[in-house]
This record gives sequence, structure tokens and C-alpha cells, in this order.
Amino acid sequence: MLDKKIAGYSDEISVAPGERIRFMVSCEPGVDRYQADIVRLISGDRQPDGPGYRDELLPTSVSGEYPGRTQETYYGSYAVVPDSPAFAALGSLSLQAAIFPTLPSLRRACLISKMDVDAGLGFALWTDPADGLVLQLGDGAGGQREFALGRPFVAREWYLVSATYDADSGEIRLRQELLDSYARDTSSGAASHSSDGSAAVGCDAPLLIAAASREEARGKPIGEMIFNGRIERPVVASRALEPGEIEALRSDSVPLALRSDVCAAWDFAQAIETDDIVDISPNRAHGTLINLPIRAVRGSNWTGDELSFRHAPDQYAAIHFVDDSLYDCEWDVDFELEVPADTPSGLYAARLTSGDQEDHITFIVRPPRDRATASLALLIPTASYMAYGNSRGGIEVGSELLANRLHVVSPEERYLNRHPEYGNSMYDDHNDGTGVCYSSRLRPLINIRPTHPWLWQLSADMHIVEWLEAQDIPFDVITDEDMHQDGVSLLERYACVMTCSHPEYYSTNMWDALHAFTQRGGRLMYMGGNGFYWRVAYRDDKPGAMEMRRTEDGSRSWASEPGEYYMAFTGEYGGLWWRAGRTPQSLVGNGFIAQGFDHSSYFRRTADSHDPRAAFIFEGIDDEIIGDFGLIGGGAAGLELDSASRAYGTPPHALTVATSEQHTDAYIRVNEDIGHMLLSIGGQDDPQVHADVVFFETPRGGAVFSTGSIGWSSALFHNHHDNNVSRMTRNVLDRFLDPAPFA
Amino acid sequence: MPSQYPIDPSRTDLAREFMANPMGPHSAALQRIVTRMRDGEAAGRYVLVTRVPHEEWVLAQISGQRGVDLTLLEDQVFSSLEDAERAVFKMRWELITGTPLLLD
Ligand SMILES: [Fe+2]
Repeated sequence: MLDKKIAGYSDEISVAPGERIRFMVSCEPGVDRYQADIVRLISGDRQPDGPGYRDELLPTSVSGEYPGRTQETYYGSYAVVPDSPAFAALGSLSLQAAIFPTLPSLRRACLISKMDVDAGLGFALWTDPADGLVLQLGDGAGGQREFALGRPFVAREWYLVSATYDADSGEIRLRQELLDSYARDTSSGAASHSSDGSAAVGCDAPLLIAAASREEARGKPIGEMIFNGRIERPVVASRALEPGEIEALRSDSVPLALRSDVCAAWDFAQAIETDDIVDISPNRAHGTLINLPIRAVRGSNWTGDELSFRHAPDQYAAIHFVDDSLYDCEWDVDFELEVPADTPSGLYAARLTSGDQEDHITFIVRPPRDRATASLALLIPTASYMAYGNSRGGIEVGSELLANRLHVVSPEERYLNRHPEYGNSMYDDHNDGTGVCYSSRLRPLINIRPTHPWLWQLSADMHIVEWLEAQDIPFDVITDEDMHQDGVSLLERYACVMTCSHPEYYSTNMWDALHAFTQRGGRLMYMGGNGFYWRVAYRDDKPGAMEMRRTEDGSRSWASEPGEYYMAFTGEYGGLWWRAGRTPQSLVGNGFIAQGFDHSSYFRRTADSHDPRAAFIFEGIDDEIIGDFGLIGGGAAGLELDSASRAYGTPPHALTVATSEQHTDAYIRVNEDIGHMLLSIGGQDDPQVHADVVFFETPRGGAVFSTGSIGWSSALFHNHHDNNVSRMTRNVLDRFLDPAPFA
Repeated sequence: MPSQYPIDPSRTDLAREFMANPMGPHSAALQRIVTRMRDGEAAGRYVLVTRVPHEEWVLAQISGQRGVDLTLLEDQVFSSLEDAERAVFKMRWELITGTPLLLD
């Protein structure tokens, strides 16, 4: 497969027997038909030394050939306000807003539009790379007339912009005013134009904010010429307002004297947790946001005195629109599955094949909603899958300094680069350089596939699935979203819960559930590294969407702006769980300390490992060195490393039974653990750069075992599972499934 | 601003070390050269494009721009990642020092 050409997604990520799941597929030209089957995934890593790909057909009515077709995706964020009587009387016109353009030089972009282009009716206000503010008015005869201010905007500055049209005099006035003040500013200014007063300002098209539209699809106007940047308090009025009146409307209420002139005045400080935009004029011409523009962002009047939008909503009356965000592809359904009643819980995929083309739309069949069907649950980190989904950094940046070698581009990466409309991962920037703080699974997530050549998240987690299958130990599969929704009651059905290799992103519900499980006698095997690190939020009314803010510090590809650390979905403080007082060390005994991506290393047993409490872990193991082998980087101690630390909350009685050593200089300590910058950075010089395997007992007979490394699971397959990492893991699992309480 | 670490073209001993073990770990002196070489702008950066998984790769330069494809250098095909690293090291050595890397 030189070129990937087929991809899809499902409407659900976790379904129980008897429930329905729908699959949407898009093919590039050349793929006219494809075969679809539902398969249980057993193994994924196709490296020459790896276990290879294996699946098992689930006989269902899905199996069959389907026609391939290209499905359109409409992306980029904007607001839609349906036409309403509020706009019926428009003859004269005022438009205004505070704006913060982030890409004003890219192309023309629309701030507000209500336009029937073909009929030449309506109005639109634009930013233009050369001319700055531009007003378009319908001529009533199939065309538009344009009036420009003539001064380009400076990027990333706040402006008050306004445009008025007086139908009696025909006069047009444009104004753009920098709200900060710089000596030698040439971007502020005003212009007036005269016309014959024949403009046709009224029309029955919907009103859009941050976009223009000429056609509809899937019941919505398609947003075009989307504005990148922030818009605050947009107002439409039916009279040419004076500068003092325009200033008076920069407020969270419409002055009494202006209420008969104002058609709509949207206060984005209201309903921040939703997709609604609220019109505070008597007309109540409310609207809806499309494709998750960023809310809970600083407005033009932010003072820094309050850091949460909930404490000073008036200072968060802006929305940040971007031309490349996406919530839901909304493709037509290709096929659907009613999960047969007796389907065993597991990791499944809709496997699509066509010649050398393939895709695996991966989903989980959880056990029936009222019970467990095994003593062990494998917890699939769907939140972390969503954070990493459609990561573009490889082909866009191609960094060699992370892995200390040339980046290898897969066909999947080139495919994703051809499809910017599939949206970004939370590791990427939007086109305007703003960090991506929302993700969605209602789109193809190209790298979240069992066979993806970048062994990370799902493709790396297949090493755990493959090992569990080989152990012949029954296990149920559940997801982050199940745990978020059902809470600890879901986990309590199990003797033991096992994580995957990199469960990095956690909502409050998820953290609470997992913590309560460990405190109520549950046994937790944390099979990876850099877990329980970032705090995320879901929204009940927005299934499949997730929010995260990269605040203060942490290993991160972008950083949130000051004052934007609280998540719009929930109002919770975002960023590292550590900064909310909940360290990974307090949950699982170790926490993120260093990362590197060239050579993985090994663990050495410690004095603690000879404590009788740890004897069960090392049964049958005489080796001092653990895991000097593995399918990623050649060792079990690699990629992202977690260490124990009393200061960060590791329980006082925890045993560190193995510690890694001899990491390369490509392994660097995390920035949040660095105070002063010293010369001793890198694995060879910095003793903090190491992973700890930790065991500790929890109240009511429970226990936690944490491997301290993403690389751990890549060592399980070595020598066909006959190795000391596999043996340790099995020893712990056997004991954790044994109901005999720990002390 | 690019990395400023100077590469001494007379240190062919370090180049030989790289050629013998291109995937490292490297000596500290060699790693500094390699770090300098691996630094830089995204636009035009060399990457390898998988032609046959685990068997054959083509050298390419990325655009550094979303939605803009990379440029394949069709005459630079490798059957091992190590050989690809050697070839790029050699090109960058000459580019940075102005001196061709001659080891034979
Ligand atoms: Fe991560």
C-alpha cells in the first residue's frame, strides 16, 4: 500500500451486546468497492520480529461488499443564526464587534454575513489582507457593492470594528480602532463612502458569524471564508449608529434607548458551556455554534484579576473561531451492526479491505451493561486515543531530535496530510497557530488503528491484547468513556483492572472511579507510563467530544494563554492533574519523570524486591536485570518513564521493586520537575531520568502494581512470552485475581 | 537561528563512528554533531517514506505545511534505515562544513 485511500469512523466507541453501532466510510477515487467484516482484534504489530496482525471473524450481517464513495467533510467553526423577524425591517444598517484577527493576511475572511449572493440581497462584513475592514451590500440585482476601509489589520491585536449604512443619505462609514495603543500605529482608521442609497440590505438567508455561506448541506449552511480569530459582542442594528452608541453597545446589556434599533446583540459570555450563542436584545435571535470554536477565552477587556471565566464572565465574552476545527464529519452511514447478543466482550473492528487497501474502524464490545463476564477488565484509554488521534506532527515537523533519527513517514501520514478536513490531534496547532484544545471521535482517527506503524496508543496496546489472549485468561474490555459514565460501579464488578500502555488523559469522573476502585479492595495493574497526567472534560450533550487545556507546564506541544486554564465544557481547572492536587504518584505510586525515543533501556531489581511482600512478583525469576529486550527501542524501560516519589505522593509503604538505568541522553527530565536549569540534563547525567516499578497495598485488601514505562508492554512478546517481563506481569495478574486480601 | 555548534571537518574519526553505528548510542562528541545536523526548520527537512514496509524507503523532503505533500527524491532509495542515516549524514556534513566527507 503505497497510498492509503480508505478510512472511516463509527458513531459509538463502546457498545454492549444487543446495541447498534453505525459505520461511515469514505474512499478516494480508485476504490470503487470494498469488503467489510466485523473482526475481533487479537494482535497488530507487523514488525518482522513482532507477533504480526491477527484477527478472528465475527459472523454478522455486515460481511459483504459495499460501494466505495467519497464523502464530504465540512470543517471550520462559525455560528449560525436562523433568519428571524428581528432582521425583517433592515433598510439602514449597523454592524459592529470587537475582533482579534489571528491570520488577517491569509485571505479575505468573513466576520458577519447575511447574504443571498445570487439575488444580490443582504450584507457581509469582512477582513481583507490589504484593505482591512470591508462592507459588502447587496445591489438588489444579483450583485454586491463593496466599501473598504483601506488599512490592513495587525495580527493578534484587538480592534473595535464597525460599519454603518444610512439608507436615507446613502452614506457608508467604516471604522477600525486598535484597542491597545502603539506609537506609530497605522492600522487604525476610518473611511466614509457615499452611495445612491439603493442597497438591498434585507434578505431571508440565515445570519452567520465568522463565515459566509452560499449553500447548505446536511441541514446547515456550509461555512466558507471562515475567520480565524476572536469575535466579541457582535451587534446588528437597523439604523446607522453614531460612535458613542457603538461604544455603548460594548456591554452585557443593550441600553434602553437603543433597544428599538438593535436587531441582535450576542453576548458570548453567556452559555459558555454549550453550543448556544445568546442574543441579549429583546428579539432573542439566538444561534448555534458549529464545529466547536474555542470558548472560555479572554475578551478584549480581560484584566488578569480573575483567571476563571466563571468568576468574571464579562471578560470572557469572546469566541475564538478557526477554519480547521471539526466536531462531526456527519457522513452518510455505510453499514450498521446490531451486536449479536452472545458476542464476547473484546476489542473489535470493522475491517475494510479493497485490494491492498485496508482500514480498521476500531470499537469495543463491552459486557452486557448489568454484569461482568470475567474477573479481569482491560481498560482501553479512549480519552488518550482521542487526544492523539490524527496527530500531524510527524509529517509536518518531522522532528529528528525526539527520536534521534530520521522520521519515517507512513502512507497513513501522507493520507492524513492530504485530508486536513479530518481535523487535528490535541498535539497540533490550528492553522492560525492556536493549540488544539478539543478533539472528537466522530471522524476518522487515522493513527488509532491496531496496525499503525507508529507503535503508540492502540497499536502499542495490541501488545497487551496479544499477551492476554496468549495467557488464556478471560478478560472483559471497557473504555474510558464507560468508566466516565458508569463510575466505580463498573470497575467494582472486577477483581482486577488492567490499563493500557499510555493512559495519559483523565476526566474527573474517570480519576474518581479508578481511585475509589483502589480504595475499595480493587487491584489495579498500570501497564504503562505517563498516565493520569492531563485533566480532560467531556460534555454530556456533545457525545464523542473532549476538551483539554495545556496549562502552566507539563510536557506539551503548545501552551494555553494565561487566563484560559479553565475548561469551557465544565468550568474545571485544566492542565496537569498534579496542579489540581492529584498526582499520578498518589494514585498509582509513580508518575511521569522523563521521556526519550531512541533506545529503550532495562530495569534492575532493587533491595525492596527482596521484601517478602514482593515475593509473589518475582516467583520463578532469578534475573537481576529485567526487560533488556522489547519491540520498541529494544527495552522494557523506554519512551515515557514514571518514577516513585514520596514528595509527589507515592504512598509511604510502597515498594520500588525495580529501577531502570543507563538511559541515553535523548531521555530528558520533564520540565515541571525542573527548577533551576542545570548542565546535567539527559539520561547519562541526570539520575532522575529513570523508571520505577512500584507495588503497594491499598485499603480493604486491594493493591496496585505499576510498571513505570510505556515500553513495558512491548517486551511481553519477546521469546514467545517466555521472558522475565511476561513472567512478572503474569505473577502479578495471578495474585491480583486471587481473592485473598492483601494486608 | 540554527544550532551554532561547530563541526570540525578534520574529525573524520567521529564520522567513522557514525558510519559504524548510525543508530547510536553515540559518543558525546559525535552526538553533538548529530544534534546539530538534526536541528533546523521543518520545511525541507529530510524524512524517509516507506515504500515497502520494513524493507524499502525513499528519501523525501517535507513541505512543513499542512496539506502540502512532501517531495520524493526518487533516486535515493534505501533498503535499510542505517544506510539512509549514513547517506543523510554525509550530505549534511558537506553542507555544514563545506567539505565533502571522504572516508576511504
Ligand atoms: Fe503522551
